[in-house]
Amino acid sequence: MTGAWTKKEKFGLACVAVALIALPFVLAMAGTAWVRITNFAVLFVLLSLGLNIVVGFAGLLDLGYVAFFAVGAYVYALLASPHFGLHLPFWTILPIGAAVAGLAGAVLGAPTLRLRGDYLAIVTLGFGEIVRIFMNNLSNPVNVTNGPKGITLIDPFRVGEFSFSANSGALSGPIKYYYFLLLVLLAVIVINRRLQDSRIGRAWVAIREDEIAAKAAGINTRNIKLLAFAMGASFGGIAGGMFSAIQGFVSPESFILNESIMILAMVVLGGMGNIWGVIAGAVLLSFMPELLRYTVEPAQKALFGKMLVDPEVLRMLIFGFALVLTMRFRPAGLWPETRHRRELDENRA
Amino acid sequence: MSEVLLQADGIGKRFGGVQALKDVSLTIRRGEIYGLIGPNGAGKTTLFNVFTGLYPRDGGEVVFAGKPLQLDSPHTVAAAGIARTFQNIRLFGNMTAKENVMVGRHVRTRAGVFGAILRSRAERDEEAAIRRRADELLHYVGIADRADDLARNLSYGDQRRLEIARALATEPQLLALDEPAAGMNATETAGLRQLIEGVRKDGLTVLLIEHDVKLVMGLCDRVAVLEYGEKIAEDVPDVVRNNPKVIEAYLGTSAH
Repeated sequence: MTGAWTKKEKFGLACVAVALIALPFVLAMAGTAWVRITNFAVLFVLLSLGLNIVVGFAGLLDLGYVAFFAVGAYVYALLASPHFGLHLPFWTILPIGAAVAGLAGAVLGAPTLRLRGDYLAIVTLGFGEIVRIFMNNLSNPVNVTNGPKGITLIDPFRVGEFSFSANSGALSGPIKYYYFLLLVLLAVIVINRRLQDSRIGRAWVAIREDEIAAKAAGINTRNIKLLAFAMGASFGGIAGGMFSAIQGFVSPESFILNESIMILAMVVLGGMGNIWGVIAGAVLLSFMPELLRYTVEPAQKALFGKMLVDPEVLRMLIFGFALVLTMRFRPAGLWPETRHRRELDENRA
Repeated sequence: MSEVLLQADGIGKRFGGVQALKDVSLTIRRGEIYGLIGPNGAGKTTLFNVFTGLYPRDGGEVVFAGKPLQLDSPHTVAAAGIARTFQNIRLFGNMTAKENVMVGRHVRTRAGVFGAILRSRAERDEEAAIRRRADELLHYVGIADRADDLARNLSYGDQRRLEIARALATEPQLLALDEPAAGMNATETAGLRQLIEGVRKDGLTVLLIEHDVKLVMGLCDRVAVLEYGEKIAEDVPDVVRNNPKVIEAYLGTSAH
C-alpha cells in the first residue's frame, strides 16, 4: 500500500472526501442532534484506533483503555475551566493531554509487562477502575477533580473570536467540531498507517506473534511494549480532550468499565489490526444504538400503539447477538487485517 | 581460525532440584562450526538458552568477542552479535517471510516513532535498506520466491531457512542453530548442510545443536558432548567419536 494510488482509488477517495464534507449538512437537516451523534462516533473511532495499537498491533489485551480517555478529558477540563481559573487555548492543552495520557499509559503498562492475555486483561481492567475511582475521590483534601460532581463550564475550542460552540451562519457549533474531528481523525489515520508500516510497527506485530522469538530477534520487548501502551494512550488522551470541550462537562461516570468494553468491542468487531476495519466497527457500534432509538420507538408505536420493548434493551440484545454472529462467522472481525485475509484467499484458491 | 570468539566458564543452571548444567566450560573459535551433541535431556538447549539470555544462569561467565557478555536479556545478546534459531521453529506466523527477516533488522536500525510518523528522510532510507537487506537474505537462504507468503504457509524446510535468514538479519558473529535438521528429509538436510557451510564461508561462526550425528560429524570442526548437564568431551569429531565416555553415554556400558 505504499505505492501510488490508482485512478480508481483516487476517484473513490475523492467521493469519500466529498461525502464526509457534505455529511454534516445532510445530517443537520434531520436535526443537529445527528451531527452531535456523528461527532461522538468520530471520537469513538479515535479511541478505537488508539486501542488498536495496543490490542490489534501489539496483541496486548487492554480492558482499561477508557482510563486514558479520562486522563485526557480531565487534563483539558482542569486547564480550561473556572475550576482552577485556568483558560489555556486548546492547541496547547491537547498535546499536554496526549503527553500526560501517554505517560499514564507507560506507567500503568510497566507493572503488566510480564503478563499476557487474560491476566493482562484483568490487571488493566483494575487499572481502568482505579483511575475512575481516583477521579471520583480526588476532591479531598485538595479539590482537584471535584469528585463525582465533575467539572462544569469547560471552555469550548476557541481561536481568537472564533468559538467552536457558537453558531456562525450556516456553521453550527457541532458542525465546526465535526470538521475539526475529521482533521484529527485524518491525522490519526495517517499516523497509524505509518506506524504500522515501520520498524516499530513490525516490532509490535512480532511481539504479538511470538514474544520469545521477538526477544531473540533483538527486540527490546519491554520498551516496545511500553511504547505501544504510551502511543495508544496518547490517542485516548487527545480524544478525551476533545470530548471535554464538546461536552463542556466531565464527570467520572463517563469513564466506566462499560466504555472500555465498548471500545474493545469496536476493535474486535471491526477486525483487530486493520485500521479500516476498526473504523468500520467503531462507526457501526456508535451509530447502532442511536438508530435504534430513533426507529424502534416509532415503529413499535405504529405497530402496537405502545412501547413494548425499550430500545436500550433491544440494543443490548442486538449487540450481543451481533458479537456472537461475528465470532461464529467472522472470527477475525468484519474486516480483518490484510494478513489474515490473504490467508483466507489462499485457502479458497 | 584460532582466535577465540566465545569463552564460557563454569556455566551452571538449576531448575528446582534438577541440575541442568553443571560447571560447563567451552571455547568456540572464530570461523569454526562447533557442534553440541548429547543424549536427550543432556542440557544442550538449556545451555543455548543461557547463552542467548533466555534463561538466567546460576553461575559462570561468558566472554564473547573479547568482552564479557551481558546475559540478562535476549536483545542485548542479539545486539552483541549472537543470533539463534529455535528447536521448535518460532516464526511470526502472520507476517510475510520478508517481514520476518525485516524484524531481524530491528536491532541494527534506529528509526523511532517520530521518524516513522514524519517519514523523515533518514527513516525512509533506513526502511529501503531494511527491505533490500531482507530481499538479499531471502535470496541467500534460497526462499526469495516465498518473500510475500505468510511465514506459517511455508513448508517446514523453508520455515527453517526463514528462521536462519531472520537470525542472519541481526548481523551476528555467532549463529546458533538449535537442531536445524530436526524433522527434515535427506534432501532438505543436504540443502541445510550446504547453507551452513556457506554461512561459515562468509565468515560467521556457527554453534550447532544436532541429533543427526552424521550431519554433526561431517560438518563440525569441533564437537562438545554434554551428558547430564556436564561436558564429557570436546574435540575434533574423530577423537570424540572414539571417546569411551561418549560411547558409553550414547550406547551404555556392557553388562560385565
